[in-house]
Amino acid sequence: MKVNANQEVEVKSNLVTGSDLLVQALEKAGVEVVFGYPGGAVLPIYDALHRNDTSFKHVLSRHEQGSIHAAEGYARVSGKPGVVIATSGPGATNLITGITDAMMDSIPLVVFTGQVAEQVIGTDAFQEADMIGITTPVTKYNYQVNNIADLPRIVNEAFHIATTGRPGPVVIDIPKSISETVTINDYEDDFYLPGYQPTVYPNPMQISKITDVLSKAERPVLLAGAGILLSGATEELKQFVNNWEIPVVTTLLGLGSYPGGDNLSLGMGGMHGTYTANTAIYESDLLINIGARFDDRLTGNLQHFAPNAKVAHIDIDPAEIGKNVKTAIPIVADAKQALNVLLQQEVKRGDYTKWLDKLKSNQKKYPLWYDRGDSPISPQWLIEQIHEKSKGEAVVTTDVGQHQMWAAQFYPFKNPDNWVTSGGLGTMGFGFPAAIGAQIAKPDHLVISVVGDGGFQMTLQELAILKSQNLPVKVVILNNDALGMVRQWQETFYEKRYSHSLFSENPDFVKLAESYGIKGMRVSDEKDVPKVLEEAFSHDGPVVIDCRIDRDTCVYPMIAPGKGMHEMIGVTK
Amino acid sequence: MKRIIIATVQDRGGVLNRITGMLNRRQFNIESISVGASDVKGISKMTFVVEVSDKQKLEQLTKQLNKQIDVIKVLDVTDKAIVTRELALVKVVATNQTRAEIMTLISAFRADVIDISKDSLTIQVTGKPEKVDALISLLRPYGIKDLTKTGLTAFPRGYQPEQGFSELNSISAHG
Ligand SMILES: Cc1ncc(C[n+]2csc(CCOP(=O)(O)OP(=O)(O)O)c2C)c(N)n1
Repeated sequence: MKVNANQEVEVKSNLVTGSDLLVQALEKAGVEVVFGYPGGAVLPIYDALHRNDTSFKHVLSRHEQGSIHAAEGYARVSGKPGVVIATSGPGATNLITGITDAMMDSIPLVVFTGQVAEQVIGTDAFQEADMIGITTPVTKYNYQVNNIADLPRIVNEAFHIATTGRPGPVVIDIPKSISETVTINDYEDDFYLPGYQPTVYPNPMQISKITDVLSKAERPVLLAGAGILLSGATEELKQFVNNWEIPVVTTLLGLGSYPGGDNLSLGMGGMHGTYTANTAIYESDLLINIGARFDDRLTGNLQHFAPNAKVAHIDIDPAEIGKNVKTAIPIVADAKQALNVLLQQEVKRGDYTKWLDKLKSNQKKYPLWYDRGDSPISPQWLIEQIHEKSKGEAVVTTDVGQHQMWAAQFYPFKNPDNWVTSGGLGTMGFGFPAAIGAQIAKPDHLVISVVGDGGFQMTLQELAILKSQNLPVKVVILNNDALGMVRQWQETFYEKRYSHSLFSENPDFVKLAESYGIKGMRVSDEKDVPKVLEEAFSHDGPVVIDCRIDRDTCVYPMIAPGKGMHEMIGVTK
Repeated sequence: MKRIIIATVQDRGGVLNRITGMLNRRQFNIESISVGASDVKGISKMTFVVEVSDKQKLEQLTKQLNKQIDVIKVLDVTDKAIVTRELALVKVVATNQTRAEIMTLISAFRADVIDISKDSLTIQVTGKPEKVDALISLLRPYGIKDLTKTGLTAFPRGYQPEQGFSELNSISAHG
């Protein structure tokens, strides 16, 4: 009798719910933090978070879009996958912008969405949305769990897919009937993916082709993309570039992959890149692209893109090679592995002296420029001040618009993984929640979120997290009472017809911050800027600074739409 | 140019949707897709007939297919020695006067009658697309009431003249 009773107890303790299995799988994957928002279909999961003493923490946002952008910021800065939980239907659909953003910018995410119970899937049940159908085009992969025995394996597999090869978002849709099922606790989680074997190591023959052409080239340029950062290859890149003395152009997402301001750095290329960087690509006879995808905002009109260059392209995603630009030397590999093999080659550099001299003189003749104001503040100068007061060492996240381009132009990053921005999708509302994730990834680091007054208002409800999690993020609003970038295009291309781009009613951002219990500051005179920034950056807690900048300032120089890299406007004052 | 591409895929939920959605989104022009089981459990074969404008587009197509997690192998078999087959079911108007005539006609194509009613015949024909199309155009004058085709399915021949078929993705190109 007694023996039996004991046995029963033992059997019972081995029973868990699907949600407990999920918690276990997350712990096993080494997750530190989960960004989420509860709701009906994920109540069993939230109950498991409550019942278990989890090794990870949960950060409650105020909107699912806030959760997912925070997860993206966390992933970009930490190099670890971001994890998100949202409920079915509206919770899940609120994530779509972030999932798409992560897909475009190769950010590893594992996203859990609740789903209605299996018995009612397909009946238009309350808060049912076809998340597999909706997310298929914007995920690296997705799953619906239809058998509880698969759950641990699917989670394990999802983390593998999200973080290896070209990283990206993976969605796991979990019906409530699965998350609340009581089950035994011994399922295997090993997986086999015969169709997914990313090529990491380069073909050495192809690598020696690069050094061959380098030794013959006269005007080489290296284009450094986010792939360098994702594979942690900044040291290797530095060494390679310095051994060969190749000038480097960085993409928007690749900022920090090579130290900005260094001797061989030409700065950012593309629509608002430097004149020197863009003309260097245009005139080059050899263009080595490592980990960039030749996005149209970089290349401008493809017909005029590097017309005389032999192109070598190193990318872990073979489908990016030759997609937009004809490539003579394709190399499928992880950037770090490819650079390691490149570093083993003998250095037989061609004579680049004339080329490097020309680029130096271009940099002198055509630097980035701006007009100084006094009040309102000139935005580029403000970014330079932020750079100075943060010693160029802050993590900077941005939203999308003029302020984003100014931050990219005037805050040279000496270190990798300090720059978080939405490139491919250009998602307004990204910057501020991304800073929350970045601060969680680097709790002791100065994290500055440079945002516009437009984009900040898309996700500012997450100010509540700063308070609740005590995160000392410094939000710098470049407030021009306008959708600045839209206003600029209307000024330039639509004869100043400012259709719905000027704000007449903005909130009082200082009071708004204060209403969340956060320090709010305002600055509208340049002479006050240094003091305000110093005070804000040394404040032991979050700060929102409303910086009144000049509304009429445009981002220059610029490659107008349809134009080539050699046709920049606004190169000089 | 028309190309015939065979993808070997892992049979997982939504795989067909994922692949056709990708092809559609990336503006590839698909003429037909047929899907069937292979001899290995859990592995299917998809045969695509695509119209692509140039080599670069074709390369993108195979790379994008390969990039799919569930795709194990992609073969462009267009220039290989291949066997291609298609199946069509044709319901054609048949009266007492024309029934015998139709039966004679289709026997030349080794097609079968699989259903007969008072005023129609349903015919099943299997073969290369040209053969199937030829029969359909011969049946058209009688009045086709309904028609369905499976789309092309293809197989490289066991014996390949010259060097045999090579995989397009020689550098195991998976993203
Ligand atoms: C979600 C979303 N909606 C619309 C846009 C189009 N858009 C690009 S920049 C921009 C203006 C941004 O204004 P603001 O946030 O004030 O930044 P500023 O350009 O003034 O620095 C808009 C509307 C976008 N990128 N994202």
